[in-house]
Amino acid sequence: MNSGLASEIVQLTIEHLTLVLVSMAIAIALAVPAGILIARRAAWRPWLLGFANVMQTIPSLALFGFLIPVPLIGGIGKRTAIVALVLYALLPILRNTMVGILGVDAAVRESAVAMGMTARQILWRVELPLAARTILAGIRVAAVTTIGTATIAAAIGGGGLGVFIFRGIASVDSTQILAGAVPAACIALAADAGLGWVERRWTAG
Amino acid sequence: MSAVVEFRAASYRIGAREILKNLTLSVEAGETLVLLGRSGSGKTTALKMVNGLLFPSAGEVLVDGTPTTAWEPVRLKRRIGYVIQEIGLFPHYTVAENVGLVPHLENWDAARICGRVDELLRQVGLDPQQFGARYPAQLSGGQRQRVGVARALAADPSVLLFDEPFGAVDPVTRLDLQKQFLALRRDLGKTAIFVTHDVREALMLATRIALLRDGALDLVAAPRQFLDAIGDEARAFLECLDWKADAK
Repeated sequence: MNSGLASEIVQLTIEHLTLVLVSMAIAIALAVPAGILIARRAAWRPWLLGFANVMQTIPSLALFGFLIPVPLIGGIGKRTAIVALVLYALLPILRNTMVGILGVDAAVRESAVAMGMTARQILWRVELPLAARTILAGIRVAAVTTIGTATIAAAIGGGGLGVFIFRGIASVDSTQILAGAVPAACIALAADAGLGWVERRWTAG
Repeated sequence: MSAVVEFRAASYRIGAREILKNLTLSVEAGETLVLLGRSGSGKTTALKMVNGLLFPSAGEVLVDGTPTTAWEPVRLKRRIGYVIQEIGLFPHYTVAENVGLVPHLENWDAARICGRVDELLRQVGLDPQQFGARYPAQLSGGQRQRVGVARALAADPSVLLFDEPFGAVDPVTRLDLQKQFLALRRDLGKTAIFVTHDVREALMLATRIALLRDGALDLVAAPRQFLDAIGDEARAFLECLDWKADAK
């Protein structure tokens, strides 16, 4: 392996990780509060879940393409890629947050109310800790999917390991394809294992 | 004697269905009032009106002379201990953390909470060394119920509410818990309202029994008088005691 390829792998891996981390941070910041909201208000459920569902059913390449002409969030480059990745990651986090909160035992919630805990205390000390395992499972699914989907960001100039893959396809060069695919797969496996560990660790007992 | 809890013509309805009708009843300091009735007789509804989990649709419920609607909701609930059949211990808290929760919410310092938790666990017959660090999943049903009682007692509430607390445990454990309840009452002298459908339990624990039938108060009597009651509903409950005749 020549040193030019090696340094490009390092650079694009860093770019890839940045795309994933930024999109996941935004997706969590949006989907966890939204999930808490729809656990409380059933009327909002079909709208928010429906939106996240539709986003996930659009083929990823098409979603990236659709965003190019959209003003402010669209265009060519990383910003558009991040918007698309966020939209993709919403559903599992949103749904798992709602399911996790709704899954808290009614007797536990009632006794929390009866002991004079405020709504905020119930959320932070009872509902979120008890829903943590389910929420984390959603984040884990979203993270692994995002790492894979982020390879398509290269199609709209978003960079990342997809650059190798698209270049490899165009030049029928499997070394290039592997240079993109192998690190992406490794990141996905590492993320899955890491988040799995957090899930077990954080929710022990 | 002064009324700690007073129902004044309290009713509760959901839509057209009247679950509790015009209940007038007062609970005096130090007594154990048992609300006895069949499923759906409105006894749990009446209980939940005391700590403001429900509010009357008509009439009012007074706690320490103030209507529940005028109480600050969190203050009212922290003054009142609440024990339910499902217990509702927090599965992610240890026994000690569960028992110390209300004192913690009341911002007691750590040493005082710790001392209080040990004292309470001993009062309900659990060794603090052995049980304090366990999680609820590591306890038997009877032990969990004891922790539930300790938790309700934690911040020294003026009234305790029990909603069929011993309904889900085996009969031998239930008798243990009932004896524990009597011992606690003797030691602490707390005012309690106790909901049950078990007439034996009512006769054993009550200082007065209030019999509810279809949401209305049918009879209020001390256990001794209750045994001689002539109303249909009271007789129906007393018949449940005639198990010896059935066996013969």
